Amino acid sequence: MLFYIFRRIIYMIPIALAVSLVCFMLIHLSPGDPIDAMVPADTPPDIVKQVRHDYGLDQPLPVQFAYWLGHVVQGDLGTSILRRRPVLPDLLTASGNTFVLAITGGLLGFLIGCIFGGIAGVFRGTWIDRILLGTAVAGVSIPHYWLGMVLVIIFSVGLHLLPAMGAGPGDTGTWAWDMDHIRFLILPALTLSVIPAGLITRTVRGLVSDIMGQDYITTLRGKGLRSWRIVQHVFLNAAPTVLAVMGLQLANLMGGSILVETVFAWPGTGAMLNDAIFQRDFPVLQATTLVLALFFVVLNLVVDLIQTAIDPRISRR
Amino acid sequence: MSMITQQTAGAIPVAARPQESRDSYWRIVGRRLARDKTTLFCAAVLVIILALILLAPWIAPYDPTQGRITQRLKPIGFAGHPLGTDELGRDMLSRLIYGGRFSWLIGITPVVLAFAIGGIIGIIAGFMGGKVNMAIMRVTDVFYAFPSVLLAVAVSGAIGAGILNVILSLTFVFIPPIIRISESVTTGVRNLEYIEAARATGAGSRSIIFVHILPNVLGPIFVYATGLVGVSMIVASGLSFLGLGVKPPDPEWGLMLSTLRTAIYTQPLIATLPGVCIFLTSICFNFVSDGLRTAMDVRA
Repeated sequence: MLFYIFRRIIYMIPIALAVSLVCFMLIHLSPGDPIDAMVPADTPPDIVKQVRHDYGLDQPLPVQFAYWLGHVVQGDLGTSILRRRPVLPDLLTASGNTFVLAITGGLLGFLIGCIFGGIAGVFRGTWIDRILLGTAVAGVSIPHYWLGMVLVIIFSVGLHLLPAMGAGPGDTGTWAWDMDHIRFLILPALTLSVIPAGLITRTVRGLVSDIMGQDYITTLRGKGLRSWRIVQHVFLNAAPTVLAVMGLQLANLMGGSILVETVFAWPGTGAMLNDAIFQRDFPVLQATTLVLALFFVVLNLVVDLIQTAIDPRISRR
Repeated sequence: MSMITQQTAGAIPVAARPQESRDSYWRIVGRRLARDKTTLFCAAVLVIILALILLAPWIAPYDPTQGRITQRLKPIGFAGHPLGTDELGRDMLSRLIYGGRFSWLIGITPVVLAFAIGGIIGIIAGFMGGKVNMAIMRVTDVFYAFPSVLLAVAVSGAIGAGILNVILSLTFVFIPPIIRISESVTTGVRNLEYIEAARATGAGSRSIIFVHILPNVLGPIFVYATGLVGVSMIVASGLSFLGLGVKPPDPEWGLMLSTLRTAIYTQPLIATLPGVCIFLTSICFNFVSDGLRTAMDVRA
């Protein structure tokens, strides 16, 4: 098993490198010279040249990439053109905020998905199943930024129950797990949970109804096992797959929360990306994309390893 | 990456079978679809929406870009404006109908393009096998290592706003999953005995691909693509919502949703209308995709 883990980590390195390359190339996808975004249009040519040199933009692309990567590996993700300070500290705070949102939304979706999916799977083919499955399809079809607006209209504008924007009183940008802050978390987390809830409902439903139809369940029934013990068996067999879907969803939420963060003015990585895009702050765009993508790669690996560890059916070659 | 493979593998109804029974297979699929009321209903809704947006110039009561500032944010049912007016006094009904044109364009075109490009690349990877397959699939893995919304936002953000750029960035995002499916089906079919038999009778690569492989690959990626349209509509409108897609004053559902956010305190119902349109389109495509998948699954 140790060797397997080691080998999987080694396999991850080329992927991580390629992901870095894609993030690096983002800046060169943009039309025109990246330097235009950094200096005002009427800058004298010699200053433009100086800035170009300072950012290493006068070097060939492979050299620029090596230079950038060298800094990234040392934890230097560049300097924000807009804020004129290192990207990393801001990015860490923002990632923390996004993580709070993604993990809460993900767990909420997981919980809803398991309950709905479990019930639908047990009652397969009945009207209960059809209603729950319909709800699941609705969950994956909802434009979540719109759902966010609808929730704000109902709970903030209409009922005055929950705040519509921000991540805590006073907009400090730092998160704390107290009631004052959690009030701000409820609506965005609920909004973010509908897609994973829908996907997990479908996964769990499929698994449960498959497992329930297998011979050993009939055998267990025949042996007079109580139904909650059978549920336990079903649960254990479904767990590895559900876990895998869940892990993937969590990583997707981290990277895909930009729309929800925009609706709720949540100070996370999505907001950072948004600012970076519209202010043409390329170092921030590169760094944020890189961190989120690497998180996705690492989480994929972790889920894979956990799945292999708990599911004896997967061979550990 | 095995996890993602598992995820997509679940979506593939393997209809790998020799082609002589093709007619009867499609007849079975047709019969199953005819019995599936949900799918038929959703397909009908999609046809109606498509008709409305195609006939927009004849149906829409007003010019979608012209508003009267004195008529701002009039409620639903206001004289002459059955769905009210927006924040610049433009007729909501006309804007929703015209907006569908842009939303459908930027939502569906990327899937169609990715369907064609990804399908071809996947067939090449699956059919050639060996090093070519390795190279193509490893590159695909890299793009799989990005959350899809993040990749779409990052690429759109880098190349800038605009209809063409949204279509480009989304096509880019959707190609990898389609390559995966088309590759895995092709690889699966390639090693079946009837292909070997065809080769033994002297069939060349071209006829094997067109006669034996293509019909098997098209079904699964078509089903996947219809489901992808549901996602694509949401993401494409989402990009416009962020300001990365269609530019004002053109109407587009995501963009309208974004500009109407200021109206949630005064006209909440109107502010949510564009979202209802996105939701309706997306859910109908998802139900149709599910219906097709069930109908085309030979094991069911």
